[in-house]
Amino acid sequence: MSLSFSLRHRFPGINLDIAFNVPESGVTALFGPSGAGKSTVLAAAAGLLRPDDCRIAIGDRIIADTAAGIWLPPERRRVGLVFQDAKLFPHMSVATNLRYGLRRAPAGEIGFDAVVDLLGIAALLPRRPHTLSGGERQRVAIGRALLAQPRLLLMDEPLASLDAARKADILPYLARLHAALKLPVLYVTHAFEEVVQLADTLVLLEAGKVLAAGPVDAIAARADLPTARRDDAGAVLECRVLAHDPARQLTTLGCGGARLLVPLLPAPEGSLVRARVPAREVILARPAGTDIGAEVSLHNILAGTVRAIAEDRPRQATLVEVDLAGTALLARVTPDAVTRLGLAPGAAVLAMVKSMSVDMLQRRE
Amino acid sequence: MGGGLPLAVLMAWLLSRFRFPGRPVLNALTHLPLVLPPVVTGWMLLLVFGIHGPVGALLLDWFGVRLAFTTAGASLACAAMTFPVMVRSVRLALEAADPALEQAARTLGAGRLDRLLTITLPLAAPGILVGAVVAYATCLGEFGAVITFAASIPGETRTLPLAIYAALQVPGGEAVAARLSVIAFALAMAGLLLSEMLGRRLNRAVGR
Repeated sequence: MSLSFSLRHRFPGINLDIAFNVPESGVTALFGPSGAGKSTVLAAAAGLLRPDDCRIAIGDRIIADTAAGIWLPPERRRVGLVFQDAKLFPHMSVATNLRYGLRRAPAGEIGFDAVVDLLGIAALLPRRPHTLSGGERQRVAIGRALLAQPRLLLMDEPLASLDAARKADILPYLARLHAALKLPVLYVTHAFEEVVQLADTLVLLEAGKVLAAGPVDAIAARADLPTARRDDAGAVLECRVLAHDPARQLTTLGCGGARLLVPLLPAPEGSLVRARVPAREVILARPAGTDIGAEVSLHNILAGTVRAIAEDRPRQATLVEVDLAGTALLARVTPDAVTRLGLAPGAAVLAMVKSMSVDMLQRRE
Repeated sequence: MGGGLPLAVLMAWLLSRFRFPGRPVLNALTHLPLVLPPVVTGWMLLLVFGIHGPVGALLLDWFGVRLAFTTAGASLACAAMTFPVMVRSVRLALEAADPALEQAARTLGAGRLDRLLTITLPLAAPGILVGAVVAYATCLGEFGAVITFAASIPGETRTLPLAIYAALQVPGGEAVAARLSVIAFALAMAGLLLSEMLGRRLNRAVGR
């Protein structure tokens, strides 16, 4: 089952032509600079904006198909929307806000107590929205949308209006939420950190077009996309915890075909975790005859082949995408290094990653 | 005025939320009493609702109701005069409400009437209250339309300003006029204070 979306719309100054097909389960991040069309996608999905041409299907349920004259109004779509700044009803208590959608929805699986518990808002129920902090308000707004028993949840930069500390507060709730509910989520953001933390699928937008769409790990490692030109560019790896070695204080992760040693993790063996390897931390080497591993502090020397090379001129850098038996790493090195090592697509190469350079992200299961 | 308020809310809602043919004309008609000399408004009411007018004759034939030169008629004249004021303030209140709140209600499954009753009107309540109080104050001072449509019959259609004017026409009537003026003053003050108090409470209730 998939969520298929296509939209064509003409705004003064920009033509949007956006189409993507993403898995129905999990979080799909719509990422791109402002003006790329992210919010238009959400507004069309919610039914608040009617594009010139639009078709949206959640699995086999068609909520919009302008060519066939189908355009369900927002109140009949069962599509939840979480606004950037919560938009709680100021004249109602938190509890009444939460029940607003619940009372109007057909009976569903998402229960009041479960949502209150999941979002940690039990203590807020009798309060008025204007007495809540930004993070609390956003949690209530998410709860309110969920309780309307949506078949698709839209989130429009839900963390954008919060400061860094509040963001850090709410991210674990979102991660838990996505793990606990089998509900497709379209998540608009211009913060790459949130994509890496929360999303399963990434749709990269620019100037009204889709640049790339696919699993986050596949997109983040691509050397040819704008995401590779960010300061915090780097591969995202979906890994399984293979073994702990408490004596050496190391954990072995299996990431596709590659094995990675990282500092001891609290996650149980067998669980899924997500790791990020920043591109600027990856060292490339020509495969050598001798085993250099014994002589350096480095733990991870991974054999692979160069998949693609791209320039990053503003930084005087070259981006090298390395294929490690199906898993991809991204390395940012100097153009001189590329010349000296004779790197070209197809060339064999060693990628070196310090254990301490691997960022561990939230648990996936 | 009590009858005029729901009508004013309805009109304000129509004018602020819908684009339909004839909307500018309806808008102009609504605001007409504000700019017309009140005597003209009164006379027009007389033409329409008088016992020989198209509506007045029907009312008299079918229900035996006579509006011209009665207490009910004085109320009608007041309502007509205060209607634009009410529509105006209600409309301002409706338009000041954050449209995203209604959109939020929509995505939560609320239809048009549902949204009006649970979101739009409660949020506009302070503005509607102010409209009602201003209308009340305008009613107290209504003169021209009432005297034209309902005359100045003591105990029936004599509004405060009509009574004061009548008292001033009689030699030695200043004392009566002064007493009536004090009453007018007290009523107006009470209205304003009450609205201030209710307004503050309502604003708190809608979280401002």
